[in-house]
Amino acid sequence: MTTSTTTSTTNTPSIAPVPMTPAQEFWHYFSSNKGAVAGLVVIFIICFMAVFANWVAPHSPSDQYRDALLLPPAWLEGGNWSFVLGTDDVGRDILSRLIYGSRLSIAVGIVAVTASLIMGILLGLVAGYFRGMIDTAIMRIVDIMLAMPSLLLAIAIVAILGPSIVNAALAISIVSLPHYVRLTRAATMAEMSRDYVTSSKVIGAGPLRLMFVCILPNCLAPLIVQATLGFSSAILDMAALGFLGLGAQPPTPEWGSMLADALQFVQRAWWVVTFPGLMILITVLAFNLMGDGLRDALDPKLKQ
Amino acid sequence: MFQFILRRLSLVIPTFLGITLLTFTLIRLIPGDPIEVMAGERGVSAERHAELSAQLGFDQPLYVQYFRYVTGVLQGDLGNSLITKEPVMKEFLTLFPATIELATCAAIFAILIGLPAGIFAAVKRGTVIDHSVMTFSLTGYSMPIFWWALLLMLVFSVNLGWTPVSGRIDVVYWIDDVTGFMLIDSLLSDEEGAFTSAVSHLILPSIVLGTIPMAVIARMTRSSMLEVLSEDYIRTARAKGIAPWRVIVIHALRNALIPVITVIGLQVGILLSGAILTETVFAWPGIGKWLIESIGRRDYPVVQGGILIVACIIIVVNLLVDITYGIVNPRIRHSR
Repeated sequence: MTTSTTTSTTNTPSIAPVPMTPAQEFWHYFSSNKGAVAGLVVIFIICFMAVFANWVAPHSPSDQYRDALLLPPAWLEGGNWSFVLGTDDVGRDILSRLIYGSRLSIAVGIVAVTASLIMGILLGLVAGYFRGMIDTAIMRIVDIMLAMPSLLLAIAIVAILGPSIVNAALAISIVSLPHYVRLTRAATMAEMSRDYVTSSKVIGAGPLRLMFVCILPNCLAPLIVQATLGFSSAILDMAALGFLGLGAQPPTPEWGSMLADALQFVQRAWWVVTFPGLMILITVLAFNLMGDGLRDALDPKLKQ
Repeated sequence: MFQFILRRLSLVIPTFLGITLLTFTLIRLIPGDPIEVMAGERGVSAERHAELSAQLGFDQPLYVQYFRYVTGVLQGDLGNSLITKEPVMKEFLTLFPATIELATCAAIFAILIGLPAGIFAAVKRGTVIDHSVMTFSLTGYSMPIFWWALLLMLVFSVNLGWTPVSGRIDVVYWIDDVTGFMLIDSLLSDEEGAFTSAVSHLILPSIVLGTIPMAVIARMTRSSMLEVLSEDYIRTARAKGIAPWRVIVIHALRNALIPVITVIGLQVGILLSGAILTETVFAWPGIGKWLIESIGRRDYPVVQGGILIVACIIIVVNLLVDITYGIVNPRIRHSR
């Protein structure tokens, strides 16, 4: 946008403005936001750790070194460089557990976000496209879900289904559903009145084609932003459920349940408490930073 | 105005019914027979099963059960706890003041810090102050508060010994339960030092619970202030030679506050769900801890009732926020 107006017409064709492709334009805006790029880098590192946990982690997350219980981090007195971040009460290496924990958090994030994205898009498209009774019914349910704080609703769902990591992921995806439905519906309604939709309709496109081929691609920008932010709340809620004993169950190296295990050692071993929480904070912060950056880059209203 | 309130009220009724339907189904979705589940590991005989089933109305068709449930709820009857046999409503009412006290202090903390920080960041836009306020608020917004609680406890209670680790007041004080609010009750009692003890118990939990709302308020205030500060009337006010602080506080802040008030109202949900985590860490005897413990004990009537009440509180608060917004901003009132 800036290129075509700022460069005055000159006789040397080489300086003639080349319009940016959408991807270039996106990267131009996104990369100008330092926080967003930092977030992206951190997310890359965490994903790398998650995928290659078997190779990256120095120890197995469940190996108990009986002669190294509650060992402090390596740089402190009594620390051991083979356990960089120290060990927990049964002698498991904290760093390895954190690395394996990232696998779980990222997996839950992906599952929860994908599930709620798919369901949310379907419901939102249907509501926004057909309107009428079906719209009212869907939106009423969405309003009811929004009236409840997400954590409370997730706790209710897990209380019914029983505490486990799968149920927690399911609960989180149900809880975040309303946002996707609302966004998709609003975007669909806005697109419905556009000429291109009318002309496709005139050509004879059926509702399915209209919904998924014509309208959906034009509604994606806000959904991408919401999905990124959804990642951060999924990870946060997952950790909270784990901490309350309603998510991953104890031997699983999940950040939230690691914290719950560590509660009784607050006074003796600060490292058992500090590092898992720090990982949660860093990951959530990274996703939030990237989400903010994406919003600025994808939202045409904010571009100048 | 009256019409506006009526319209908002009419929207609340289906939401309320939906939530009762949700809590009603909740207890019936538990895998297995509800009576078996309630009886626990001991199990029940066939006769006792039939008796209990008739007593609890499980032998009736579902719509009759639901109708009875809603009628009961409307009369304040949420059933009895399976463990203590006390009415759920009664247990709730004895524990609720503790949560209100905590949530109020957290909200005060959030507003006292968040609002000025947001204003400051907007006024000093693009400076180091702005950037650090925004960094801090994004960090606060991303904070796993249960960890934040542990961290503060580690530093201020364990290492520095400034604040107590958990509870509402030191065990040496015996405070009569007059209002249920420890700050007021401890003032009313003659015990020396009781009030100070109550305050010191409140500090860390309030900071923890107020962190996310504080971050949200700071971000909202900043963006709202930025918008207002770019308006023509602000330029006019400045051109007239009005003192800069006066332009900000009197002219800009008033209009900038409208969206901020809504956001503050919306924090009630965050405060109540955050209370679940905060109360668990600090052993604060409020409804959040009560709910989690009930889930652990499989005390389903309490879980059901507790979730229903909390959801209703949030609906009511959101309704009040909506109405206040309508009063403050006539454009909302007359739209549609």
